[in-house]
Parts: sequence; structure tokens; C-alpha cells
Amino acid sequence: MAISEHSEPVIVLEGVTKFYGAFQALKGCSMVVDKGQKIVLCGPSGSGKSTLIRCINRLEEHDGGRIVVAGTELTRNMTNIAAVQSEVGMVFQQFNLFPHLTVLENLMLAPRLVRKLPRPQAREIAMHYLARVRIPEQAAKFPIQLSGGQQQRVAIARALCMKPQIMLFDEPTSALDPEMIKEVLDVMTDLAREGMTMLVVTHEMGFARSIADSVMFMDAGEIVEQAPPEEFFGAARNARTRQFLQQILTH
Amino acid sequence: MSFDLMLIAASLPKIATGVLLTLKLLALSLLFGTALGIGGALMRISGSRWLAWPAFAYSYVFRGTPLLVQLFVIYYGLSQFEGLRASFLWSILREPFWCAVIALSLNAGAYSAEILRAAIRGVDQGLHEAGRALGMSPPQRFLHVTAPIAVRLALPAYGNEAIGLLKGTALVSMIAMNDITGVARTIVAKTFAPYEIFIAAAIVYLSLTWVIQHAVRVAERHFNRYIKK
Repeated sequence: MAISEHSEPVIVLEGVTKFYGAFQALKGCSMVVDKGQKIVLCGPSGSGKSTLIRCINRLEEHDGGRIVVAGTELTRNMTNIAAVQSEVGMVFQQFNLFPHLTVLENLMLAPRLVRKLPRPQAREIAMHYLARVRIPEQAAKFPIQLSGGQQQRVAIARALCMKPQIMLFDEPTSALDPEMIKEVLDVMTDLAREGMTMLVVTHEMGFARSIADSVMFMDAGEIVEQAPPEEFFGAARNARTRQFLQQILTH
Repeated sequence: MSFDLMLIAASLPKIATGVLLTLKLLALSLLFGTALGIGGALMRISGSRWLAWPAFAYSYVFRGTPLLVQLFVIYYGLSQFEGLRASFLWSILREPFWCAVIALSLNAGAYSAEILRAAIRGVDQGLHEAGRALGMSPPQRFLHVTAPIAVRLALPAYGNEAIGLLKGTALVSMIAMNDITGVARTIVAKTFAPYEIFIAAAIVYLSLTWVIQHAVRVAERHFNRYIKK
């Protein structure tokens, strides 16, 4: 990972561990993400990728090590967890849109409640980001009336409405039909080009190749390898990485 | 055996005089029962043993005993307490009407608590996470995400509960109240025509049930608007 002199770390993980009962999901993971960096996390299922990014916005609590997000260390007795969470946008595999709210209301809810924005302003921001994800005409519909790809783009817009410093993506295209993957990746690519700090769990290696500053490979709760994409795909050093790449690149 | 259709027709208006009382009992006990149910459900899911256990015991006792027994215990039993008779509460508790409201509300609350608890649990966990990831506080998530969805999930069972409660109100005739069934019993005592009179009462109950069913269907249509393709 190329850390320049002027780099400004927005996520720092130091020896992070996480247990589910006796099972250790994270075995001392360390990483630094600088402002504007795009990191792609890949690895076999159960390797701890999702757990790792879920610890970063504290959907999961880590058991050991340190996590510092946007200058705030995540600790057990922190009181301002919501403040940190609102700086970190998250996009889920299953979209998790609020089904009882229209697309527009989905986008307006958190800015109104958390950022305390008045309705007109929240609506303006919502429409702005709906246009950015290229579906402003769907504003009045309920999520169920949209295709999977459209729903995921709404979910991305919903996270962006909070104007987060960091965006986390947890397998954002894994629940989509193949023909809808591109529209979501296109939106993510736009976002990357605009300089958003992104941490993306995905198996879309084409996407990783084109936008990632750094690709990380996780296996059995450890970050096994981290390298710029050309090096990662061209000459992975670790045997487990090479085996994984072989498996997902051959089909 | 003779069967007098005219008697049914003639007794309907008289029986209808009990409708107001039946509806009053139903409305008040639905109101208080829902409040108790919300409280009970929140206590059950609070995660605190000291809150969850009393709520569980409450639901268990009032779902596990007949409504008629509860009504008798409240109506006849409470007057056994000297202290209660001396207190200001007595002006309420000596009224059969309020005893009936209390019994019906406690009973309805016990069932509503279980219905609401199941509905709240039925809300997709992913939506909680989405709310958390957006920085929403637990009360905000409950109010704006969980509750509206839980209401939709609870609605069919809640409609059943309301219909069950309507029929439950008939038991108040046992403590000398003139609800639909109470009026019918009075007429039977005069006419010795139980067959016709109780059929007339049944017709009145069926029409009230129809109203409740229809109201629930309208509400369901409203809440289901976002799950229809």
C-alpha cells in the first residue's frame, strides 16, 4: 500500500480480534485506510471480511485491538457511537431498504432524524443523490416496486444522503441478477472517481482491478495479503491467495 | 317445536339496546388492552429479566385462565379487601361496568402483548442494522422502522383478537349487565323462547363482527400497499 507523506488515515485497525463464542472470526487484523483510498476486500466465505467491515461501523463489537474511525476510537463505553456511525455509510448485500417508506422517504429519514435537517432540505439532498444514482424518477415508489439493481442504487443514495466520510460495501452485488450488477458497479465507480473513501467486500475482480488502490485477501480471520491490484492479480505472493484467485477467476 | 321468525324480528330492536354497552366495553378494553399489550411486549423484548419476567407472568396468568373466572375474581373478589372498600378506588371497583372493563382489558392486554411481541420480533433484522448504520438511535429505529412494520405484521392476529374480545364481552351478562347477551337473557326469562331470542342475539353479534372484519380489511389494505407488486 502506497502511503504518501501527506496521507491522512481515516480508518486505522490494529490487531483487531473478534470472537463468536469459541470461534475466532478475526485473528489480529491490522490495516490503515487513507482519505480517498479505495480498498477491495476479498476472500472465501467465512473468512471474516464482513465481520471486519461490520466492526468498522460497530454493527459488531471487536473484542481486542484498536479501531479508530475518522479520528474517534471505537470503545465499549463510547457514548457517541451514532455520531461515528453517521460518518460511515454502509451498503448491505440485501439492500435493507425500509419497505414501508417510499424511495424518497428512505433517503430523507436519517438526515431528518439524525442530522436534524428540515424536510425541504432533506428532500433536496435526497433528490440530488437519487439523480446521482440515476433513478430520480423512482422517488415516489416503494422499494418492492423497483428491480434489485435499482434498490441497491437507492441504498447507496440513502447512505450518501448522510454525507459520510467513508463508505462500506458488504458484497453489494452478490444478491443481484447478473444483468443488474453493472448498473450498481457503475454507480460505485462514479463514487470512487469523485474521491470517496471506500472499503468494498466483493468478488467482482474486474471492479477491483479498475478502481481499487489496494486489494486485500482475507482467509480464516486474517488479512493474508494486501497489494495494489496489478501486483495482487499478477503476482500474488501467498499460496492461499493464488489458490483463491484461481478458483474465482477461472469461471 | 315451533319456531317464530316474527319473534326474532320483534326482539331485534330490543336486543339492539344492548349494543351500546357491548361496544363501550369493547372499545374501552381494546384501548386499555392495546396499551397494556404495548407495555407488555416492550417489557418482554427489553432484554432485562426484571422487566421481561413480570410481563411473561402477566401474559401467562391471563391467557391461562378463563375470562369468566377473571371477571368473577375481580367482581366478587375485590370487595373482600377491607382496605380497598375504604379507598377512593372503591367508587370505580364496585361498578360492574368498570370491573368488566378491567377484566376484559387485562385479558386483551395479555393476548395483545404476545401478538405484538411476535410482530416486533418478525421485523427483519437487516432493517435494524440499516437504521444503526445510518446513526439512528434505538428509540428512532423503533418508532420509525420497527413499529410501523410490526403494526402491519400484527394486524391479522389483532383483528382476530378484537373479534374474540367482542364475544368475550358476552360474559359480562353473568355479572348482571345489560349488554347484548344480558338483554337477550332478560327477554328469554319473559318469553321462554330461548331459541329465537339467542338467534336474534347471534345475528347482532355477527353484524358487529362483520364491521370489525371490514375495518381490519381496510386497515390491512392500507398497510399492505407497500408489499404489493
